[in-house]
Amino acid sequence: MSGPRLRALSAATVIVLIGGYALAAFYAPMDADQGFIQKIFYLHVPMAIVALCGFVFAGLCAIGHLRTGDSKWDLRAYVAIHVSIILGLGVLVTGAIWAKASWGHYWVWDEPTLVSFLIIFLLYATYTPLRFSIEDREKQSRYASVFAITAGAFVPLNFIAVRSATSLVHPRTLSSTENLPGKMALAFLVCIAGMTLLYALLFNYEIAHKTTVAQLRALKRKLAGDDAVRARRSAAPELQVR
Amino acid sequence: MMWRAVSALLRKELRLELRTFQVVPAMALFSITTLVVFHFSLQRDAVDGALAGGILTITVLFSAILGINRLFVADHEEGGFDGFLLAPVDRTAMLVAKALALFSFLLVLELIAVPAFAFMLLDPEFTFTVLGQAIVALILADLAIAIVGTLVGALAIQTRARDLIVPLIALPLLLPVVIGTAKLLAPTFAAGGAAALPTRWLTIVGLYDLVFGLLAYAVFDFLLED
Repeated sequence: MSGPRLRALSAATVIVLIGGYALAAFYAPMDADQGFIQKIFYLHVPMAIVALCGFVFAGLCAIGHLRTGDSKWDLRAYVAIHVSIILGLGVLVTGAIWAKASWGHYWVWDEPTLVSFLIIFLLYATYTPLRFSIEDREKQSRYASVFAITAGAFVPLNFIAVRSATSLVHPRTLSSTENLPGKMALAFLVCIAGMTLLYALLFNYEIAHKTTVAQLRALKRKLAGDDAVRARRSAAPELQVR
Repeated sequence: MMWRAVSALLRKELRLELRTFQVVPAMALFSITTLVVFHFSLQRDAVDGALAGGILTITVLFSAILGINRLFVADHEEGGFDGFLLAPVDRTAMLVAKALALFSFLLVLELIAVPAFAFMLLDPEFTFTVLGQAIVALILADLAIAIVGTLVGALAIQTRARDLIVPLIALPLLLPVVIGTAKLLAPTFAAGGAAALPTRWLTIVGLYDLVFGLLAYAVFDFLLED
């Protein structure tokens, strides 16, 4: 995706995100127990859902890579994990702020939803070091894909393991959506849509950037030979550009 | 056909271990050292319930990391991979054989670590009920560790920092198993006598074994192609 389509996606993202948070701030009713701090829900929960879906999406891209051997799929998996990790950091930070405001502690260990998200985050934090420590490019992308598939399957499994552990402190995301009053649910759904668009936008921007860099290197190589492009160690997948 | 390859590879693994005694004694020694470390760091002479379950689970897991680190070293250094890839057998045979080898290493480790734990730290009496329940819980955990460990070991052996990569990836991946095993062992080591194993956690750890078994079966081929 490039040029006008990327611009259109950017515009749509900005509009839906602003709309979503305007709805959350002014239209959705104030939470009776928690007051204004509950509004972080509209940022925290969509971010968490989109980040987790992004990890699973990366696993699906990695399956595509192993099946076809096309480095485009490896790049997609890499970028999906990268964006998800950034959102995941946001989830941990907003979650800590919310937890401090409503439970009095930044971090609560007996709350499995937090802990399971942290586990997933820690697991994916090893993705880049893993790529860095394999020198052979072809092997690097293949092994990274195996990791992405394994970890992608781990995400829902971990979620099941954690959900079945009883805890009543943290609201259950999926079932609580049904319990939301209509105005809150509407604002929440628009926020999820906005966050999904934001993910797609960041994803496409990074892909466009990486593709452009690969094309630039290919052109340099064509003009001045292989010596012009200094080989550097990188964790990012290398695109084959003619 | 595949089972012949598996049994040949497994015999190779076990014979190698019996001749060199490299992995299992190190794991066993490490498990006992860990128990001593737990004694001093927690400043407890005896433990029961959830604490006991957690200590035993962590001890087994950390000792298993040593075994996972060594699992593919010989094949990598002595050209075992090349020999295996030249043989006209299903590549999954290597996954099954390595996982079985790691599983048997873990069983031997636990033959030493569990009595040592009961002797050194466990407060409640070690009855047959406790023993039976601990065996069920640990075998489920061993299966998971063997499967995930083989996968992570094969993944890490090609990296430059393999000793770092193994614990970094294996520990988070195995955390559901750690939670499950600790939850299974908590009622087993309860202070007032063993309570029954919670079915929910049996199901979760069993499901984990099944899912990761199938997953490892599906992706292992890609770790060997060269």
